[in-house]
Amino acid sequence: MNERITGAEVLMRGLVAEGVDRVFGYPGGAIMPVYDKLFDFTSSITHILTRHEQGAIHAAQGYARVSGRTGVVIVTSGPGATNVVTGLTDAMLDSTPLVVITGQVSVSALGTDAFQETDMIGLAQPITKWAIQIQRPEDIAPALAQAFYVASTGRPGPVVLDLTKDAQLGLTSWQYTPCRFVRGYLPKPVLDMEQVRAAADMINAARRPMILAGQGVALSNAEQLLISLAEKADIPVACTLLGLSAIPSGHPLFAGMLGMHGNVAPNYNTNRADLLIAVGMRFDDRVTGDTTRYATQAKILHIDIDASEFDKNIRTDARVHADASEALSALMPLVDKAEHSSWRRSFARHAAAEQSRVVAAAVNPPESEPLLNMHQVVHCVSEHAPEGAILVTDVGQNQMASARNFRFSHPKSIVTSGALGTMGFGLPAAIGAKMGAPNRTVCLFTGDGGFQMTLQELGTIMQYGTDVKIVILNNNFLGNVRQWQSLFFKNRFSQTPMLNPDFIALARAYAIEGEDVESRNELIPAVERMFAHHGAYILNVNIDPAAMIFPMTPPGESVDTIMLNQNEYY
Amino acid sequence: MQQTCLYTVTVFTDDQVGLLNQVSIVFTRRRQNIESLSASPTSIPGVSKFTFTCWSTLRMMEQVVKQIEKRVGVLKAFLHTDDDIVYQNIALYKVPTRSLVDNHVVEKILRRHNARILEITEAYTVIEKTGHNDETRALFEELMQYGLTQYVRSGRVAVTKDAAEHFTAFLEEQRRLEQSQADAAANSNDN
Repeated sequence: MNERITGAEVLMRGLVAEGVDRVFGYPGGAIMPVYDKLFDFTSSITHILTRHEQGAIHAAQGYARVSGRTGVVIVTSGPGATNVVTGLTDAMLDSTPLVVITGQVSVSALGTDAFQETDMIGLAQPITKWAIQIQRPEDIAPALAQAFYVASTGRPGPVVLDLTKDAQLGLTSWQYTPCRFVRGYLPKPVLDMEQVRAAADMINAARRPMILAGQGVALSNAEQLLISLAEKADIPVACTLLGLSAIPSGHPLFAGMLGMHGNVAPNYNTNRADLLIAVGMRFDDRVTGDTTRYATQAKILHIDIDASEFDKNIRTDARVHADASEALSALMPLVDKAEHSSWRRSFARHAAAEQSRVVAAAVNPPESEPLLNMHQVVHCVSEHAPEGAILVTDVGQNQMASARNFRFSHPKSIVTSGALGTMGFGLPAAIGAKMGAPNRTVCLFTGDGGFQMTLQELGTIMQYGTDVKIVILNNNFLGNVRQWQSLFFKNRFSQTPMLNPDFIALARAYAIEGEDVESRNELIPAVERMFAHHGAYILNVNIDPAAMIFPMTPPGESVDTIMLNQNEYY
Repeated sequence: MQQTCLYTVTVFTDDQVGLLNQVSIVFTRRRQNIESLSASPTSIPGVSKFTFTCWSTLRMMEQVVKQIEKRVGVLKAFLHTDDDIVYQNIALYKVPTRSLVDNHVVEKILRRHNARILEITEAYTVIEKTGHNDETRALFEELMQYGLTQYVRSGRVAVTKDAAEHFTAFLEEQRRLEQSQADAAANSNDN
């Protein structure tokens, strides 16, 4: 008990005590004592040196999302800290558990504009679940324990520990107790059976019910429960972008993706349903469209662990304040076996219409079409991907095309920046995802724009031999902005065309194999080579810049105002 | 559009650096102008209390309170209207002594406004008045005639009218929860 160790060593031992075996980071001046101590812990903690702090935090997000574990990031003060701000915001909005350790200057230098000093706590407070500065070595262990507890419980989110040099270098004794309680913080609401009974009554009375499954289902490992409940009561299940893969794409009750570029059936039927059962989702504006014309015939039952989501965007008729798993378990015995065959058939009808009027031509265009489009590329990659592949996306058209066309067979199979829409998220997130699920194939779809925001992480792939399959949907444009310019800004392509480098030559510089794909007959063999190859592989697929993502609910329109193409509404 | 009225938000927090910022940015992000604010320790060691007043809608304030409660370190937040609480502000007024004396108004003002004098010098007199906004405002307007040179009003302090002490009950519940967690941890260590 009398052993005195540095705060930096307390941090390392604490990480080990929390079961951390992998951290993502980048060293620098104010975090050097920690990195020096890390040198002694390399047998228990693998550090992934990314090429930029933003890469480190997005990689940690990808790691956390597929593994269900808390991602850990270590960066220095000042620019190191500010470079993780985007990732913190992203993780906060998408409920990803992270513990981010930032270096900080000495206590005596705080507030003096010292070299690489920034008010990280002030920056982090609005974009984290918790952020605290540590000035004394003896405060590290309890703060670290609380950080892991807060990040991973309740609605998960990022936590920042801002470690002054005094705390890192000072001496203290080693004692570590995992945190199980924080006064005033109630991660697990007490289930109110009255709410559950009322919810069950609503479900049993409904004739046209639809489940809206969000990421809360995956976060509480409730995928199987959700499917069982849906099957018992015969309820179609629509997923939000982050809720995708909660139910397999091939399941007969899977109704498709919600939202602006979602599937016709769930969006259209949102305004035909008499009950929406929202599970672990938050009625994002990209899901609802115009809220005054949303769920026009439906009562709304909202199941969420975060009470602040109730009535935030959409007025609900009933609530169950609980995590999805607990709520669905409690509901299961109270929900009657039911059949809603004609309601279910209406989904099939809309899906068939979408297939024939939009999807078929996109995925399987006429032979005469000289250029590839992103839908057929994603479709082809998905068909050839090994069982249980994880989809990682960047942001924009590549994200919507891949979310729409990738088929999911396993839960926790999508990693994408949903709420913040962070371009540049994809490549580092894919690296982290592969490290979090080393036995699964990780397939990244990115655009030429987003790829170039974080392409320095090819260096990380090279250094660690990370096996990620990268598909650049390259149209030499910022495609999603181009689509909006085309539809809503009179084809004025302001600052969206891009002159791009030779991406395959670039990959080669990092010793990563890849090839260009220009035409449809090159596509299948190239995809086969990509999946047959051991190690990272890049396909630079040249696609039609004029191709757009449809269906689309135009911004500000109601959820069932659906464009099928430039000229036609559903 | 919902009607706006003056809401009082009371927030109990751990006594830690940075919590006031965390709570106030919840208002700021939603463009809610804080009308007044007071922050102080409570009778319970380690617990601070912030009292905000804000002109807003019920819907907005309900959202604000829920978001405040999500912050780690915030123990509990309550939303009140003026009907639920007994509240006071304190105001100080600095007036040239000569102006008061020459006009023979000191007694009249003190009596009518139930105010008191804190300090008199040859140059100035400092008057104190506690009351609701309209009352401190009324004295302000009267003293303007006599060359008022400084006026300051505190944030609101408030206690609830409810017979039940919800925050005390909440703290007791938290203590019980903490104990049961500790017991569970001890049991799992034994096994």
